[in-house]
Amino acid sequence: MAYPANYRYTKEHEWVDLKGDLAAIGITDYAQHELGDVVFVELPKVGSKIEAGKTFGTVESVKAVSDIYAPASGEVVEANEVLHNTPEKINTDPHGAGWLIKVRLANPSEVSGLMDTAAYEAYIASQSKEASA
Amino acid sequence: MESVTTPFITELQKTPLNAVHRRLGAKMVNFGGWDMPVEYPASGGLVAEHKAVRTGVGVFDVSHMGDIRIRGGGGTGSALAAVQHISMNDASKLSIGQAHYSAMLYPEGTFVDDVIVHRLGEDDYLLVINAGTREKDVSWVRENTKGIDCLVEDLSDAYTQLAIQGPRALELLQKLTDADLGIIKNYWFTHGTVSGLKSTLIARTGYTGEDGFEIYVPSDARTSEMVWNKVLEAGRGFGILPCGLGARNTLRLEAKMALYGHEISDKINVWEAGLDRYCKMEKGDFIGREALLRAKAAGQTRALVGLEMVDRGIARDEYCCSNESGEVIGVVTSGSPSPTLSKNIALAYVPPAMTALGTPIYVQIRAQKSKAQVVRTPFYKRAKKAAAPEAAAKV
Repeated sequence: MAYPANYRYTKEHEWVDLKGDLAAIGITDYAQHELGDVVFVELPKVGSKIEAGKTFGTVESVKAVSDIYAPASGEVVEANEVLHNTPEKINTDPHGAGWLIKVRLANPSEVSGLMDTAAYEAYIASQSKEASA
Repeated sequence: MESVTTPFITELQKTPLNAVHRRLGAKMVNFGGWDMPVEYPASGGLVAEHKAVRTGVGVFDVSHMGDIRIRGGGGTGSALAAVQHISMNDASKLSIGQAHYSAMLYPEGTFVDDVIVHRLGEDDYLLVINAGTREKDVSWVRENTKGIDCLVEDLSDAYTQLAIQGPRALELLQKLTDADLGIIKNYWFTHGTVSGLKSTLIARTGYTGEDGFEIYVPSDARTSEMVWNKVLEAGRGFGILPCGLGARNTLRLEAKMALYGHEISDKINVWEAGLDRYCKMEKGDFIGREALLRAKAAGQTRALVGLEMVDRGIARDEYCCSNESGEVIGVVTSGSPSPTLSKNIALAYVPPAMTALGTPIYVQIRAQKSKAQVVRTPFYKRAKKAAAPEAAAKV
């Protein structure tokens, strides 16, 4: 699956799609692959604050629990409620319909410190190499 | 995203089928020091594998399991005496060709490991043990049979063990063997030719709560791979999938079969684990018996129960349990979504007073106390076929 060129990425495999000061956040195709079939999602309430580098939710497969880390700080303006009943959207469309939350960022320039698409692709290539070594 | 499983650096042990799993694109994990497939995403992954075993058939590489053979050294019944001494079930009740579930206990009445004991011959037994406890078990058996005239052999590396499990397992395996599988009762075994391999041990055993067989073939990579491929080929019409440890875990959990290090361990005794019916106190002395007598007299402080989540959320291994007023009263030993039941289920140790069906138990899931309730176990029980006689109950 292609990684959208206009997104930014974290080392913990979250993506950010920034439009003005509004950021949509999700987990990457690499992350959903590692996790397997997603069966459960726990997201923060609208109005709550998330802080860069801190966990804001969890995504679970049958086998594993994964904490999701905030790529930047801000206030949650929307959570993807559809995922409560159809968490598998994270597997089928991780960069689109499987988005987790939308956040009004306190400081949108935080996002420019994250990896761009080319850097992230190189990063996961090196991760896969490590895993198979 | 960050996984809760920690990366592991030390050299892992590999089964003879390791390269085959990797070629199939399996996701590999460290399981008790073994590099094992947890699921095969390319053929559908964990949930598909689980369902294949419940409705069709699946094949597991379980060669990481260990095998200890105990044979009489000449004196009559000396291997039996050894098995009786080190395990809690009554091996004198086994016919040749029969197996049973049992456990080796510490003098404290807690678990060294659970085992399947097979009676191979007149005074000849095969104990199938867990992967993570192999070395410990072998030295335990050697140490505790020293005064008994018997031969203890570690055959763990001699066999590739495949588990063929599911309602279509018999049909599948029958295509590969001349042995009449239909007459083998649950927890019995025979020897037959499988894919040209003479005298292969074929046991009607498993760890899935489903009908099925486990076969033991020579462990060289070529033979192991040949048999694995034959099984997959023979199962094609039955929707066979290669299955990993992930499905093995959800299947055994639904069937309430114990997993060492979770429901049973060196800290948990037989009564607490609810394995009374495999512990034959009247058979005579065995390691752990005295402590179990004392424990029985002292009374039980915890018991294993099945839980079903009422609130949203998945109970996981080691999560805390509390009562309605918030006091911590127990712990989850295994917890997972159940693919068969589409519910979130768990096994947990709680005080005996809280084991009645319907009792509310609160599971600490991250920051929240989520409600669960005690339910009947096993969570899943297969429908009995009139044609397949059921011998001793499975765990």
